[in-house]
Parts: sequence; C-alpha cells; structure tokens
Amino acid sequence: MLYLDHAATTVVRPEVREAMAPFADEAFGNPSGIHGVSRRAKNAIEEARERAAALLGAATPLEIVFTGGGTEADNLAVLGAALAHGDRRRVVTSAIEHEAVLESARFAARLGCELRVVDVDASGRVAPREIAAAVGDGAVVSVMAANNETGAIQPLPEIANAARGAGQDVLVHTDAVQAFISEEVTVGTTSADMISLAAHKLGGPKGAGLLYVRDGITLEPVIHGGGQELGRRSGTHNVAGIVGLVTAMELSVLDREDFRRRVRGARDAFEQALAAALGGIELTVNEPRLVQHSHLRFPGVPAETLLIRLDQAGVAAAAGSACHSGALEMSHVLAAMGASAEVAAESVRFSFGWVNDVADGADAATRVAAVVGELR
Amino acid sequence: MRALVAMSGGVDSSVAAALMLEQGHEVVGVTLKQWQAADGSMPTSGCCTVADAEDARRVAAQLDVPYYVLDHVADFRERVVEPFGAAYAAGRTPNPCIDCNRRVRFRTLLERTETLGCDVLVTGHYARVRHDGGRFRLLRGLDPAKDQSYVLHMLGQEELARVRLPIGEMTKPEVREHASRLGLRTATKPDSQDICFVKDDYRAFLRENFAAVAEPGRIVDTAGEVVGSHEGTVDFTIGQRKGLGVAFGEPRYVVDLQPATATVVIGTRADLEVEGCRLEEVSFVAGVAPAGGRLSVKVRYRAAAVAATLEHDGSGYILRFHDPQEAVAPGQAAVMYAGDEVVGGGTIAEVVR
Repeated sequence: MLYLDHAATTVVRPEVREAMAPFADEAFGNPSGIHGVSRRAKNAIEEARERAAALLGAATPLEIVFTGGGTEADNLAVLGAALAHGDRRRVVTSAIEHEAVLESARFAARLGCELRVVDVDASGRVAPREIAAAVGDGAVVSVMAANNETGAIQPLPEIANAARGAGQDVLVHTDAVQAFISEEVTVGTTSADMISLAAHKLGGPKGAGLLYVRDGITLEPVIHGGGQELGRRSGTHNVAGIVGLVTAMELSVLDREDFRRRVRGARDAFEQALAAALGGIELTVNEPRLVQHSHLRFPGVPAETLLIRLDQAGVAAAAGSACHSGALEMSHVLAAMGASAEVAAESVRFSFGWVNDVADGADAATRVAAVVGELR
Repeated sequence: MRALVAMSGGVDSSVAAALMLEQGHEVVGVTLKQWQAADGSMPTSGCCTVADAEDARRVAAQLDVPYYVLDHVADFRERVVEPFGAAYAAGRTPNPCIDCNRRVRFRTLLERTETLGCDVLVTGHYARVRHDGGRFRLLRGLDPAKDQSYVLHMLGQEELARVRLPIGEMTKPEVREHASRLGLRTATKPDSQDICFVKDDYRAFLRENFAAVAEPGRIVDTAGEVVGSHEGTVDFTIGQRKGLGVAFGEPRYVVDLQPATATVVIGTRADLEVEGCRLEEVSFVAGVAPAGGRLSVKVRYRAAAVAATLEHDGSGYILRFHDPQEAVAPGQAAVMYAGDEVVGGGTIAEVVR
C-alpha cells in the first residue's frame, strides 16, 4: 500500500515509540503523587514541557498546556478564551477552519458569544483586512496556520497584526496542527497568543496534543476535574503520550529542512508525472501551500469512485470529510472557496509524509494516472 | 470473478458476501447511505441506521474484504422520499422499496459495479436468477415465507445478466445457520420490517414532511353523503375497517382517498371489490409482454397471488382479475407470475370496477 494520506495521520517515528516505551512499562506512575514512581513520571512531563516551550519559543514552560489532542487544544483555546472571567467575548474565525475550531465557535455562540465567520477568497486564503473588519474590542480570533484539506498557508503574522490593530485586548489563536511538520511554527513566526498542536500529525501518538497559551492569559477550562495543568486541563496526564508528542515535535523541527526538500521532491515529482500523463492537472490552491499537500480536481471523475479504485490499486488518499458512516460529504473548505458541489465531488487530496521519497511520487503518479484514465 | 456485494448490515447480505467468498470470488462490500435527518443525523432505529452500517463494516472486516459507504442521500431524497410523499398526496399507497429498487438501488449499484471494476452485483434478496433457453429468468425465492421476488419485478435481461442472488437458493433458517457457523455478528439480528427512512410511524413522518396529507376533512359514503370527519387522509388506507370513527349496522371500509379535497370515501365490503386495474411503469423480465393466457398476480407484497389476464387497450396495460378483488390500492405494485417465475409488473394506476 502506497500511503498518501499523511495529513490524516502519519506513521509513528521509531524514536518516538522508543521514547514512549518506558512509560507504558516500568515508569507507569501517575505524576500527581508524592512517591518515587510518581516523581519519575512528573519529571518526564515537566522535562517535556520545557522542551516543548523551547521548540515553540515560549517565554516559560508554564505557557504549555498538555491536552488530549488537537481538537481538545482548539476547544480550550476558543471556548476557554471566549468564556474566561465569565465573559461572552466575540469570536472571529474563518470559514475554512477545522471542525474543532468551527464547532467550538458555534458552541460559544449558543452560549451567548457573538460569532463572526470570515469568508475566504477563491485561493482558499483569509484576508487580514477581512479579519480586521470583523474584530472588535476583546475579540478572540482563530485562524489556522495552514488548511488541512487544501494545504493553503494562511498569512498568519499579518492576520494577527491586523486583528490586534482593529481592537483592544484581542486574543489570537492558531491551529497549527497540519502546518507544524513542514513550516516553522513558533510564537515569533505566528505572532499568536495561542497555538494548537497534535502529536499524531508529526509522527507521534494519537490522543496527545498541546496548547501554547501566552503567559497572563486566563482560560476557562473546558475539562473539569482534579486541576492538573494548573487547572487548565484536568485529568491524569497521558505521560507516554506527552513524551511521544514532544519527541515527535523535536524530530519534526530537527528534520524540517530535510523533510521540506524530500517531501516537496516527492510531491512535485507526483504532480509533474501526473500532469505529463494526463495532459495537465488542476491544482486547488496556488503557492504558498504546504509541501506535503497535493489537492487536485479530476474533472469527470467522482472522487468517491476514484478513492475506492485507488484503494484497490494500493494507493491510500482522501477527499473532503467522512461522516460517522464513512460516506463522503461536501467539503466545507471547498464550499467556502466558492467551489460548486460538482467540483468538490471531483477533488482529492494526496498528502505525503516523512517516509516518502521521489520514487514514491513517481510511482503514485503512474497508479493514479492509470485509474483516472480508466474512469474517464 | 469480482463481486460488488450490497451489504445492508443484515444477516442475508452478510451471508451473501460470505457465500461469494466461499465460491472463490473476490468481494467488495458497499452500503448505500440513503437517508439522514434534516440535522444530518442518521436514524437510530429501523434499517439504514448507523448501527447497520457498522454491522456491515464489521462483517466485511471479519470476512477480510474491502468495504465502503456510498453517499446517495440526495439521489434517494429526490427519487424515493419526495415521490413517496407526492404519492400519498395523490391518494395513492406507494411502495417506496420498489421505487428505490427501480430508481436508485439497482441503477446506482449496477453503475457502481462497473466503475468499481466488479463483474457482478450481489444482493441478499430471497429470489433466484436462472439462465436457460437463451434468456435470464427471475424466480421466487426457495423459502416461500421470505420470497422477495415481488420487489425485484422491475429487473430486466440487462440487469439480471449482472445480478447474483445467492440467498434465494436458501431458506431463512439455513441462512441464519450459515451465519452462525461462520460466527457472523449478524446471525441472530432481527429482520428489519420498517421503511428505511421512517423512524417509527410512517404517518407521523408524512404529517411532518407533507402537509397535504394532514388536512382535516370529511368522511363521505359512496353516495357523497357526509358521515364524519377526520384529521388527514394519511390516517387511512384502502380496505381499512377500524378507526373510521363512524358506526353503521354493516361494516364499512375505506374505498377511496381524495387528498386534494381531504375526502375519505367509505363503503360496504362490496364497494371494495374491483374487476381489474390499470398499470403504469410496466416492465417485463423477458423484455416483451407474455404471449397471453392466465397469470397469477400479487397486488400487495404480502398478498396471495390471484388469477388474472393481462390486456392492452391501446393506451396501456390492464389486468383483469378472474374473481373480483378487494383492497387493490393505486400506488402498490401488481406483479405477474407464471408459476414460480416473475413475468413482470407495474404500478397500479387506477382500479377498474
């Protein structure tokens, strides 16, 4: 199987598995205890916190809140900021956000927050001036670093600056879950007050993530309980997951230049060979886009049929989002870009990962071109 | 051979998939997602639920075959659900499963059979396909209690050439036994009875979605005399005796529904009797009408077959019953048999008294 769905989730890196192993075994302790078994676990997460803070350019390790994944980090950021201090702050976000942000924003609206969802242009990008126009004093702004479906990189520092220039006491959150593996994401590069990450997109385990929260920001917790993570996220720490997350983050940062070169090479080889075989291809978004994403439309070929045929031909790819039953649904991202239902239903995402090389790109193109040729 | 197996999540299609594998074929399992509520949620009871798709997925995993859910919600709404409501609004008693088989299921699945690179389509219906004398024949299922040939009458030569119905050769107990032997999770799952897109009560569904059938109106006798009132024609079906809210010495039955004027017509048992019925959407398994002679006809899924003769009066087909029949409802399918073989069928357009 040629797996080209690394944006959905990717292979766990061997170093990550190795780093996690002791915490599923002899170092099994609950960090919230006074004995030696606890201390070892506690030490592991605090060391992980320091490493994560350093990787993100945080001012202090306490700006890192470990969560049960990217969705939870997004919920904590959007709801936590909008509802803090008993407030009902305005939430400003974009129409192409991950459901974790959009649904949190809609929930905030049901709780009485004002919600502004900003449209994107046909290239799938959020305009800083549109964000500024929607912002008011005290607004919570959430715009992703790069879109998970199309790979379109958002003009983030500009969005953050425009938002802050449009109101007093504005908080900016970015979901960098998809971007972190290939783009430099730090407090400095994003200019964000809050950043969400998920381990499993980086070669780490599922069910572990973090939210960077700038010192001085108070969040209303969304998960209540024993008061772990300074009361910001209760629940016994997923020690192995946290260690895996931070190890995957480190490997991503260390490997990033090589990843960009190698994965871009694979992706570009794929697109070039495919264009040659099919007499041209229709890319969904232009540059700047994530080096690992290739989002394409095959006119006349239903994505559902193509994905099933590719599965049978040994290529794993994706389109839109799947509902509980597994059927494909219209992508809200493509809809926000103004795509018709027909165009959306012919669009497919191939996403490359740290295990791929140029040969994979060429191999994928051959197989995809063959199936597309049969279906046309 | 590579088979596309339509898996509903029930025991019949589970075993159909298993049988194809046992016969040495390659299997691809699919479920058509046909319905979701306005809020996007899937029904939690009846057929086509989240749990059903999950059962199908789990069976496919157990059999180690690929499995996909295909979205046909928009198609199904347009071609089955809307006509279902429109038929009631026109005073008919539709059979949505037949409309689905005719307009969505087999059309879509046979198209998918081709685009997904499969050779044949397999379903878990209780009916049999035979090929002899140069053409395909559609026969009743071997299990008389489960025979589903009635809902497959619209299949023609082109369809039957690519359809396999392995369950039709078995009885239901045999199917369940086979499922148990294989340890399939659906072995003891109850049969589904309901219309797949209706949660509990189809009348409540119609009231909610099609206002025309929920208009209060008059109950009249066959002479046009007003004898009572009602809360919507949706509450009545042709032949219904109970719940009319009117009392007479002799039993009265619903003999006609006129939703356009919100009128329910009641009459005596004799008023229910019809001599024949005019058909529309007529198709014949062989592609052409039978040469003539006596046929047996089912005018409802669970009715016994009765003797009839098929005629053509220049504008369309008419079935003449050899003995007068009661409760022949426009909208239902009339399916013609010669012995165990399905000759063809159509939708009852109007009754001939």
